[in-house]
Amino acid sequence: MTLDFFIQNFINAMQWGSFLALIAVGYTLVYGVLLLINFAHGDIFMVGAYTGYFIGTFLTNNFEIKLPFDLPSWVVIPLTIVATMFITALVGVAIERIAYRPLRNRGAHRLYLVITALMFGLLLEYGNLALLGASDRQFPNLFDKIIYSIGGITVTNIKIYVILLSFLIMGILWWIVQKTRWGMAMRAISYDRLAVPLMGISVDQIILFTFVLGSSMAALAGIMYGTAFPILRFNMGMLVGWQAFIAAVVGGIGSIRGAMVGGYILGFTQIFVAAFLPSTYRDLIAFVVLLLILAIKPTGLFGVPRRTKV
Amino acid sequence: MLLSIKDLVVSYGAIEALHGISFDVEEGEIATLIGANGAGKSTTLWSIVRQITEMGGRVVSGSIEFKGEDLLKYPPHDIVNQLGITLVPEGRRVFGNLSVLENLKIAAYGRKDNKGIEEDFKRVFKIFPRLEERKSQLADLLSGGEQQMLAVGRSMMNRGKLMLLDEPSMGLAPILVKELFENLAKINQEGTTILLVEQNAHLALRYATKAYVIETGTITLSGTSEEVEKNPEVKKAYLGT
Ligand SMILES: Nc1ncnc2c1ncn2[C@@H]1O[C@H](COP(=O)(O)OP(=O)(O)OP(=O)(O)O)[C@@H](O)[C@H]1O
Ligand SMILES: [Mg+2]
Repeated sequence: MTLDFFIQNFINAMQWGSFLALIAVGYTLVYGVLLLINFAHGDIFMVGAYTGYFIGTFLTNNFEIKLPFDLPSWVVIPLTIVATMFITALVGVAIERIAYRPLRNRGAHRLYLVITALMFGLLLEYGNLALLGASDRQFPNLFDKIIYSIGGITVTNIKIYVILLSFLIMGILWWIVQKTRWGMAMRAISYDRLAVPLMGISVDQIILFTFVLGSSMAALAGIMYGTAFPILRFNMGMLVGWQAFIAAVVGGIGSIRGAMVGGYILGFTQIFVAAFLPSTYRDLIAFVVLLLILAIKPTGLFGVPRRTKV
Repeated sequence: MLLSIKDLVVSYGAIEALHGISFDVEEGEIATLIGANGAGKSTTLWSIVRQITEMGGRVVSGSIEFKGEDLLKYPPHDIVNQLGITLVPEGRRVFGNLSVLENLKIAAYGRKDNKGIEEDFKRVFKIFPRLEERKSQLADLLSGGEQQMLAVGRSMMNRGKLMLLDEPSMGLAPILVKELFENLAKINQEGTTILLVEQNAHLALRYATKAYVIETGTITLSGTSEEVEKNPEVKKAYLGT
């Protein structure tokens, strides 16, 4: 293996791992406060990608309805990001309000909540299929792609942005959870939920905040994914979501650090397997590796302490 | 009357745990509710802080009034933030994954007055100097006694009017128990009314001015601590004399 070849795959793995990590974090955040595996989360990512597609297409004047003027990309990009995060967070919060909270308040068994989550994911997916049709969508070019070639390595500016932005976002998330009072409340809930209201904290409010956080991160992942791999399909959320979910479990569900590490482990395994073997072996071997990790450490790499028994 | 409970009936599913209990707590006093295992002491306290549903129970009938106002219409977090009622729960329940300081900070969640919060940290650390020494340590790593101090410290962070304590002496060495109760008396003198739930009747009666005895969901005796202490039934059942 030449060094060039290694670096090339390393960069690809960093990009792919970043997507998985960003989505995995969303699973783990909700699990941390609700002990709920939010199976709709992969489809929230899909909603993010499609919302970004519509807003980006509109703002770059490629939509049926036209703006009377062209916007410069320094306006289009932040506007697309903010609006997409906002709308996707609304969808995430709506699911919590419409589906999960009423069930929770009536003391439903957790299995029903998980199945409801799964069904809401399917609802989003097939709702998309019904409304938008089966044809793929082309994600708009929010900025021009530049390809750099250094020796045998080619890197696009998109890859660099995706990797750097993911790191930035995860850094911000880390700060929110560790340093803000909302983050502190989230951590407290994951340890002993019943003691939290005794501190004068509304648990529902923290849960809502958690959904906002997880969904807006999925939205960012959706935009970046669309920019890196511009073909959107209605079931993309399911395909990427399952992998991110598994990454979160391998990292230790409930642990943010675990979700990030799990995302990169899966990303690296997949890319490097594909680099040496036929790509049809990729996921077989990647998931065998994850199974082995779980067999050695069944609580995941960074299992979290928890008072309330699961 | 600060707290007034009338004919409170609470059930867990089909099982009735409180069969219509009534009692009062007056402003400024230390009142105690003593009773054996399973008598319904914790059930009473979780009902007051409006968290009995989370525990799997339900207030069937009766009323709980705080300063003459119906307490049952407040959501749990407002019981703390608006009414100033705090519970030091059975088994301490400190957040083990948070530092000592964070445990205190989170207890002041509803407050915006940073200056006042700082003052209250000082107040807590003055009463429990050991917490200050360990303030950046995870609460999980504290000893049982230190965790109990932290649990009490947490409930001091709201400048609460009423502090409910559920068996604070449980699992503590006698010397620590004495220290803790002296501190509770101090907190009481600083203006916090206390409702103390205990199995350790000796101890509770020594510090409280008024006492209620609860037996399997019914209050069987009430009066000043002296009266209750002299009662032959109590002597036999709870004081071991
Ligand atoms: N979650 C629950 N579900 C069903 N029954 C319960 C529940 N919690 C308490 N009980 C029952 O209600 C009654 C009162 O329990 P409670 O915990 O209030 O007693 P306690 O006086 O606090 O006892 P202890 O001194 O052991 O803490 C008991 O018979 C108990 O078995
Ligand atoms: Mg009890």
